[in-house]
Amino acid sequence: MKPSRFTYHAPTDLDEVLDLLAKYGDEAKVLAGGQSLIPMLNFRLLAPAHLIDINRVSELRNYLLDDSGLNVGALVRHRELETSPEVELAYPILHEGLTNIAHVQIRNRGTVCGSLAHADSAAELPSIMVALDASMNVRSQSSQRSVRAEEFFRFHLTSDLDSSELLVSVDIPALGTGTVGVFDEITRRKGDFALVGAAVLGTWDSGGKIQDCRIVCSGVAPTPLRLREAEQFVSGTDLSDDVLVGVQQLVMESLEPTEDIHTSAEYRKKVTGVIVRRGLARLTDQRRAIHV
Amino acid sequence: MTRTSDIGVMDKTRNIGIAMTRREDERLLTGGGRFLDDLPFGDFYEAAILRSNYPHARILAVNTDAAKRLNGVIAVFTANELGPILKDLPPKVVHPKLNYQVRLAIAKEYVRYIGEPIAVVVAENRYIAEDALELIEVDYEPLGSVGSTAEALKVGAPLVHVGSETNVAVHIIQQAGDPEAALKTAPHVLSETFEVTRGGGHSIEGRAVAARFDEVTRQLIVWDNTQAPHYVRQMLATIYEVGEDEIRLIAPADIGGGFGPKAQFYGEEVLIPWIAMEIKHAVKWIEDRWENFVSATMERSQTHRVEVGFDEDGHLLVLKDVFEHDQGAYCVGLQVPTITMSTLPGPYVIPNIHSELIACYTNIVPTSSLRGAGRPQAVVAMERMMDRIAEHLGIEASEVRRRNLIQPDQFPYAVGLTFRDGSPLTYDSGNYPELLDGVLSRIDLKAFRGEQAAARKTGKFLGLGLAMFVEGTGIGPYEGARVRLTNRGRVLVSLAASPQGQGYETVYAQVAADALGCDIGLVEVRHGDTSFIPYGQGTFASRITATVGPAVWEASGELRADIISVAASLLKTDVGGLDLRGDAVEVVGDPEKRVTLADIASIANVGRHGMSVPRDLPVAIERTSYFKPTQAVYSSGISAVIVSVDVETGKIEIIRSILGHDCGNVLNPLLVEGQILGGHAHGIGNAIYEEAKYSRDGQPQAVSYLDYALPTAMEVPTPELFHVISPSPLNPLGVKGSGEGGTIPLPASVANAVEDALRPFGARICELPLTPQRVLAAVYGLPKLES
Ligand SMILES: Cc1cc2nc3c(=O)[nH]c(=O)nc-3n(C[C@H](O)[C@H](O)[C@H](O)COP(=O)(O)OP(=O)(O)OC[C@H]3O[C@@H](n4cnc5c(N)ncnc54)[C@H](O)[C@@H]3O)c2cc1C
Repeated sequence: MKPSRFTYHAPTDLDEVLDLLAKYGDEAKVLAGGQSLIPMLNFRLLAPAHLIDINRVSELRNYLLDDSGLNVGALVRHRELETSPEVELAYPILHEGLTNIAHVQIRNRGTVCGSLAHADSAAELPSIMVALDASMNVRSQSSQRSVRAEEFFRFHLTSDLDSSELLVSVDIPALGTGTVGVFDEITRRKGDFALVGAAVLGTWDSGGKIQDCRIVCSGVAPTPLRLREAEQFVSGTDLSDDVLVGVQQLVMESLEPTEDIHTSAEYRKKVTGVIVRRGLARLTDQRRAIHV
Repeated sequence: MTRTSDIGVMDKTRNIGIAMTRREDERLLTGGGRFLDDLPFGDFYEAAILRSNYPHARILAVNTDAAKRLNGVIAVFTANELGPILKDLPPKVVHPKLNYQVRLAIAKEYVRYIGEPIAVVVAENRYIAEDALELIEVDYEPLGSVGSTAEALKVGAPLVHVGSETNVAVHIIQQAGDPEAALKTAPHVLSETFEVTRGGGHSIEGRAVAARFDEVTRQLIVWDNTQAPHYVRQMLATIYEVGEDEIRLIAPADIGGGFGPKAQFYGEEVLIPWIAMEIKHAVKWIEDRWENFVSATMERSQTHRVEVGFDEDGHLLVLKDVFEHDQGAYCVGLQVPTITMSTLPGPYVIPNIHSELIACYTNIVPTSSLRGAGRPQAVVAMERMMDRIAEHLGIEASEVRRRNLIQPDQFPYAVGLTFRDGSPLTYDSGNYPELLDGVLSRIDLKAFRGEQAAARKTGKFLGLGLAMFVEGTGIGPYEGARVRLTNRGRVLVSLAASPQGQGYETVYAQVAADALGCDIGLVEVRHGDTSFIPYGQGTFASRITATVGPAVWEASGELRADIISVAASLLKTDVGGLDLRGDAVEVVGDPEKRVTLADIASIANVGRHGMSVPRDLPVAIERTSYFKPTQAVYSSGISAVIVSVDVETGKIEIIRSILGHDCGNVLNPLLVEGQILGGHAHGIGNAIYEEAKYSRDGQPQAVSYLDYALPTAMEVPTPELFHVISPSPLNPLGVKGSGEGGTIPLPASVANAVEDALRPFGARICELPLTPQRVLAAVYGLPKLES
């Protein structure tokens, strides 16, 4: 469990990073928190010839929260966002998701953007970003683009980034009045990746109906999975018990989840329905809390 | 953590029985521990091992040319270059009926499990060595393989050992009474099949071996973080065909956990020292985590088919258990399944017993002892059936147990079977009703049943599970201690066995100080080096307290007598009037008249060169004692857990966990508690989390902690502990082993609790661990899921 030989680069500004990526492309890997990359190197699942450590690039270090939303730079650690009271207040769903990632030691190092670039289908943040309709700010030496979360995750461990691109930051739009969201998951152990997870978001209107519901699951498909049928089923309702039972049934019947060493498709099918129902039920609790 | 134990204290002693903090802790907690890879070896090459990618294959060719050419590679060895050491690594425990198959240090013609060594690369460092592994080309001819006993026993199954007639390693039956007749006449008979899966030891430090041939003394020095240094030295001496004194084996003072796998003997232990001699340069090999997953021995996988016969009141009449045991690709020893066979009856009076073992070869890394060593499986078979009897008759599971317990006045109690040490299974002492009462005094059964019924109405499912066990510990053949008065007037206790966190430096200082009657600060304990004491067996099977303990006690008592004799001669008085106080021997009632231990050492040990001493003056104050137990001593215990099961997700929450334990007299309550807490965590892992999954053909599926759910502090509740003390009559300290008792009952008690919680669903829990998936399948009554 020792990595194979690589050349280590420690650039100090963004241009330098992009130059190195342009130069080495396929042969290189970006090193952020290292919590996913280093194990893969040690197992020799990856053997890049060049490692580009971005930890000294100060312009990637910050997050900014304002009226328009939250911008999270490539070096912002999970723990940093998790412990920010402003972020917790503005995006309770994000806070909840962050606390479900691994353990404190790992959250101290792992980065939000690293998790998104890594694109693990059982991770918390990708589903949450899809639910929040976040955008990825992607740059290379010669280009700059913004990719909506829904288009960003291509397959398990595969994002839309090409080998010369860096995920510079992620933009999360501000939540409107009455918008509430929760994240819940079932794991084997505390801190594990999700056997099944669900980010559930919606907006209570003044008539007591939930609108624009988004239900995005982790761990059930090669990418974060939006349950559009279920979203339509609940949007515009009051999330009464009947609706909740109905949506659970719908998910259990329609979902065709993946199966892996961690659990069976049958299990995921049943339990996704349960956590979606439970998540939606919590939206009602949250409605009371915000007095809509 | 709350301290809830109430451990008794032995009388009239000053150190034994006291919860002394460990002497080892300061260095361990401040980062000063030195594990094998931390030792300042200096210029040692590092080895990496190429391991089989196939569960079963014939090796047609191994090409190491490119690897040898890589810059920084010193040498590459395959079986071709290692002819002189291609000898059988014999199993620890055998049986005349064993279908014996040779195990080699390195594969020659066949590989029989993924992880089996094929080649060793020695390089300037491990990085280069691993680069070189990628350059070795192995030409395999894949062969059919089996990844479970079920597969291995199928008609026409591929044979693990080509040329053998069967995959059955051994088929043994033990009986007491007339079980067949009793099954025919028993008023009630219940049967069930239970499966317990594989799991590993997962010591935080993997295995490690370093070796250097010392040209000056012409001695081979081997550093090995083994649990059994003398055993390894003896094996090496046999394989290398040298005298035992030509090898010095050192187990470092700090070893990061053992749990059984490090008490076995492995190919790497033969390869590394030999290679160091071949290349005339020191070499070390440090097992990494992946290697630990695929090459360190594991345990647990067994399938039990149990039948119990009982009367209207739930009295046991007969027990029949036929079980398959997964031996892995080779037989490293039959200790585990033979322990299972005799652990089955537990604390109960069972007039008729049939215990039948079918051990199988499979294409998986071999199995051997692992904390619990065959007992958790036996306890699952027995204790799950006790609950089924209770369910069948509609009485409390605790009551069924009570009606069948061996009573305190029935000891010594002969069960009628034979234990793993070859002696009759005869329990020396115990108080099983007190263990059960200990639990029932902590759980208000009536109140719990009320709470359970009320909770069910709100969709919450609570369950209570019990499990009791009796555990053979302290086995032979012997273990020793050498006690010496040093020139500084201190006492040095040298042990053969090496600890892996058990606190020997502390507890054997307590025993020695009390036997000597001296200040404990004068006693120092060292261990794990074959140059300290000539013979030993090692740390395994919860045997050290009951073997080393008495040896230290006896040797220290004899040393005291010698010290007093020297003092009597010097003070010209009678031994009767002398006592050892602090660091000196004094005339009782006249403390002015005294002689210090340093002076005694100076006269009796250092001596005056060439001068005679008085006839009555003992010289060379040093005593060695080997304690040889006549049979095992039997610890016992009980686990009670209360769980809450989420029937929609299959998640289990442990609300309470109570452990009652009896290991006879307790030398150091803190250490015993530590053992039980650690064992409990291990038991929780086996019950709910840990699963070393393999495909049908033997491909390991979980080779990192991403996939293998080793529990962490977040998963393990703090148990409430209590102690019952039934001293053993079979050794002078009245002690029994305590290293495994925390683990043994948990898989059974947790499964019982979950089944109790799910009784409204009629759920059947027959497979461990209780993953959310299995629990949900039980709730919905789904057919058994393929893993
Ligand atoms: C024991 C353990 C448990 C864990 N449990 C969880 C869990 O429950 N949920 C979870 O979501 N995660 C979990 N993780 C992973 C953790 O969250 C990682 O930190 C995260 O997935 C990756 O972030 P990182 O900063 O460490 O990225 P790195 O490991 O440095 O990089 C990961 C990958 O992303 C690429 N990359 C990183 N940053 C960028 C960027 N800005 N632009 C382009 N590419 C980039 C790297 O090249 C690499 O391929 C766990 C990790 C460990 C060790």
